[in-house]
Amino acid sequence: MTSVASEGRAGAPTPEIPPVALGPDESRWRRRLPLLKQLPFIVLLAAFSVLFIYPFLWLVSASLKTRGTVFDNKLIPHPFAHDVFHNYAVIWSAAPFLRWFANSMYITLLAAVLVTFASALTAFAFAYFRFPLRNFLFGCVLATMMLPTVVTMIPVYLIWHHVGLSSSQIPLWAPNLFGSAFYIFLQRQFFMGIPRTYFEAARMDGDNYFTMFWRIAVPIARPALIVTFLFEFKAKWNDLMTPLIYLHGYHQYTIPLGLYDLLGVYSPSAGGSGDYEWLMAAFVLATLPLLIIFAFGQRYFVRGITLQGYKG
Amino acid sequence: MATAAVATRRPGPGDRARRWASGFRERDTWWAYAFLVPWAFGFVVFTAGAMVWGAIISFTNYSVVAPSHSVGLANYRQIASDPYALLSLKNSFEMTAIYVPFEMGLALLFASMLARVTRFDGFFRTVYYLPVMTPTVAIGGMYLLMFNGPYGLVDQFLGYLHIPEPYWLTDPNWIKPGIAAMLVWQVGGNTVLYLAAIKNVPQQLYEAASIDGASAWRRFKDVTLPMISPTLFFTFVILTVYGLQVFDQIYTAFYNPSNAKISSDTSLMYVIYLFQQAFDYLHMGFASAMAWLLFGIIMVITAFQILVSKRFVYYEGEQR
Repeated sequence: MTSVASEGRAGAPTPEIPPVALGPDESRWRRRLPLLKQLPFIVLLAAFSVLFIYPFLWLVSASLKTRGTVFDNKLIPHPFAHDVFHNYAVIWSAAPFLRWFANSMYITLLAAVLVTFASALTAFAFAYFRFPLRNFLFGCVLATMMLPTVVTMIPVYLIWHHVGLSSSQIPLWAPNLFGSAFYIFLQRQFFMGIPRTYFEAARMDGDNYFTMFWRIAVPIARPALIVTFLFEFKAKWNDLMTPLIYLHGYHQYTIPLGLYDLLGVYSPSAGGSGDYEWLMAAFVLATLPLLIIFAFGQRYFVRGITLQGYKG
Repeated sequence: MATAAVATRRPGPGDRARRWASGFRERDTWWAYAFLVPWAFGFVVFTAGAMVWGAIISFTNYSVVAPSHSVGLANYRQIASDPYALLSLKNSFEMTAIYVPFEMGLALLFASMLARVTRFDGFFRTVYYLPVMTPTVAIGGMYLLMFNGPYGLVDQFLGYLHIPEPYWLTDPNWIKPGIAAMLVWQVGGNTVLYLAAIKNVPQQLYEAASIDGASAWRRFKDVTLPMISPTLFFTFVILTVYGLQVFDQIYTAFYNPSNAKISSDTSLMYVIYLFQQAFDYLHMGFASAMAWLLFGIIMVITAFQILVSKRFVYYEGEQR
């Protein structure tokens, strides 16, 4: 049934490398429904989309307002802050925002790159080699996937505490050196779709297993690696719990921890003067990288999400 | 490969064991293990080792700073007598019980509408997915401001409709539905998942149902629902586990120096209490016991869900 799909991608010449199926095949649904029949749904969907997009508009609008009007809930700021981006200018100097941004960026990028390649190495081993204990070890991977994070949260903290790194940024990215169960599972599916003849050819060319993995498997599995990178980027950029545990110096903070902190500092009930318009600007800035990532990688997110449904 | 030629007698268990063990003499095997070294190290230290250590700690009064000794089952007994532990467990359950059906219902509604639309579908999918890309801390912070009764955006809107405005952040009756609503704002992820599942339902089934005169509702109930039931079931399990463990948004909105005064015990979730016990009060032993209890509860719930699902979930015979 899936073989029909490849004909659907008309026009392009048959690629040398057969496309490895990632997610379900959409072609059999692609018949046009008459516009009139769709219209009620389009209208309803448009109405509901207000729920999802309005908070963003509200946020951006509030970030451009003056202190007195932040919470007037008007969409168009009236009056605007002194110069339009006043609040944005302030937040850079009011908090070590640039520092937090840099911290978040370096931790997130490092974590995402590490987990992508560590998971690929593991996933490839499970997909390509036949070896004793393979099923048992893969069962361990699957079991890890269902494990609640709180079960290992405390002992992992204690491990870092005992090696003297429990108040550094290292625990935020170092565990990614060892791969992550969900990504291993996802990438293994992908590697298994690569015909073995490619690998045999590479072996003929004198590749050892590692160069074969690097030259053949990794380039072909690029979509799966991108999905991994993007998912992990999002997860790490958002993470609040881990930084709360490990980061104590103001200059070590990541963006989420910084925002959490500002929320307390600026609040009147905690002695602040209610500078929420600055906070709103900070929220917008914190969201931007994810939106940019999303704009470039949307289809990978959709594919990745879709794949989650098949992991059960 | 080569062993097949010599197999003149029926291979017994001893032969199989020997063949299995001979795998260790293959060069390929060692290559495979070499590939697995990073993962195996992480698994042994940060997963298996950590679990064992956590389990051991849960029977001690470990606190990082002071020497510890074994306390037997005292930590587990203390959970049963600690009013906050029980309250937080109840809160987590209640919030999850509101959140999961709410999230699944909306995702299903949006997905079935999206499946019927071929214009602007990319636009809608993007818009519905946007909240998933918003940092959880920003969501918690925005929640604090938008649900700030009676001045926030939500209550102002309800005011226009002359619906009484709840105090989402302080009224114990409205805190959990409010939290559930905040989590459901990220319904886009599940919507995309359900949409993919619906699109995977063979078109012929709908055609056959139409020929038999099935109404749109019947087609949904008797074709779509059974066909996507594995996905529904999968998300049911995952969302339950997620609901019981969600931390970031709730911690930001309710456990911040700024709102320590207003937050009531209704917003105290199990994981938040666990976190406070572990890292604010350094009751590592007690918190580890709480973690293992949650693990046990989650396993029981999942097992129960799997058992019940046997009646409702339809697995297509030859799916891949």
